[in-house]
Amino acid sequence: MSYARALRCRKCGREYPVQPLSLCDFCLSPLDVSYDYKAMARVLSREKLAGGPLSMWRYRDMLPVEGKEVDIGTGFTPLVKADNLGRELGLDQLYIKNDCLNPTYSFKDRVVSVAVTKAQEFGFDTVACASTGNLAASVAAHATKANMKAYVFVPSGIELGKLVGTAIYNPVLVTVDGSYDDVNRLCAGLAQRYNWGFININLRPYYAEGSKTLGYETAEQLGWRAPDCVVAPAASGLLFTRIWKGLDELSMLGLIEPVNTHMYLTQAAGSSPIVNAFQAGTLHVHPVEPDTIAKSIAIGNPADGYYALRVARQSGGGACAVTDEELIAGMKLLAQTEGIFAEAAGGVVVAGLKRLAASGVIKRNELTVAFITGAGPKTQEIVSDIVQPFTVQPSLESFEEVLGTRV
Amino acid sequence: MFTFPQELIREPIIYTLSHQFKVVTNIRRADVSEDKGWVVLELEGEDKEIEQGIAWVTSKGVRVDPVIGDIVEG
Repeated sequence: MSYARALRCRKCGREYPVQPLSLCDFCLSPLDVSYDYKAMARVLSREKLAGGPLSMWRYRDMLPVEGKEVDIGTGFTPLVKADNLGRELGLDQLYIKNDCLNPTYSFKDRVVSVAVTKAQEFGFDTVACASTGNLAASVAAHATKANMKAYVFVPSGIELGKLVGTAIYNPVLVTVDGSYDDVNRLCAGLAQRYNWGFININLRPYYAEGSKTLGYETAEQLGWRAPDCVVAPAASGLLFTRIWKGLDELSMLGLIEPVNTHMYLTQAAGSSPIVNAFQAGTLHVHPVEPDTIAKSIAIGNPADGYYALRVARQSGGGACAVTDEELIAGMKLLAQTEGIFAEAAGGVVVAGLKRLAASGVIKRNELTVAFITGAGPKTQEIVSDIVQPFTVQPSLESFEEVLGTRV
Repeated sequence: MFTFPQELIREPIIYTLSHQFKVVTNIRRADVSEDKGWVVLELEGEDKEIEQGIAWVTSKGVRVDPVIGDIVEG
């Protein structure tokens, strides 16, 4: 059963019944799901959660769904102690939350699992989204599981790996001749015209809640405690706010001690509107034109930028932007120390972590969790220069000749 | 949502939009100061007029984003 009682406007507080709606009719601000935490607290305990399935759905009581979940096996991803990377960066208690290992290889499976479950509850037969890759793949995969139709809209010219990784699930794949902004604008119009469950439009309040499970899992896997520091990437800023919300809810429900986690937000320098605002000391996020190879987090006008900024400030955390060169180095460093091949957003996190550790902002003995949100192979072309094999003939002599001195 | 660069803060863009094109504008939220400005507004009219109106606003240098959710990229 769901403890979601209403949708509540973030800005003016107006409430609406639980329905496919994402904006307040009065002030056009985003709506959030509002819960009956008192009732939720009565049924929850560490033991109950620990006895749940080994997936994000062990936290079902804390998510806004009623019926059977649409699940392709998402969540409860590994939280690994990163001793090698920690040694490199001068951090003794570094952990990696590895969301590469979700069914469609990114954290998007969490949010989509909730959104498609909700779409089914609302009686939609079609789900849709605008995306540049990870979201599209996840929506297509989950739609298949739910026996629903899927329309996914992407800008033409996205990486082949992402196109294949989406098309394989057989959605209606639409490439739009234009920029990301153009795709978004088109989808805004389509959402008005067609009765579809648009994952990031009329289902947004529900979709958003899926990311809280990253916070829940991290705390549970750390033995029911919040980390001292969190380093996570930010595109729209939504994930960043929901990791915080997940930790905060656990504390509010009495499942962990009060949260004193410092939240650090990382972006690529070529698209860092939230970091810019943080460093300027303002709460106003000026949109930018994205220009970075980290395409999955290249949002010029982050819808949750202001809220992410507030989380970074109120938690005593920070924000930092890294160059494309740094993020590529970060991808390679993570792979070559911990055996995790992350996409560019993961490189941004590692590069940001490196800067924060080097400057002493994150201290050596602080328990730090870095969130790696998507896997590398889908955008492998940005690190293809890493392939520098030795070439030998099929003979021992040839091997000795080429590599003899190295062995 | 319209986001205005500093040099356009003093231009009556929204007024001109509603007069030059058959578009009814209705401001719902805004924060405008000397150096920055954003306005969330509803646009009502035929699709073609709205499209042309937005194209004109964009050509003036104003950034236009729909307020129905961002692109969740990645």
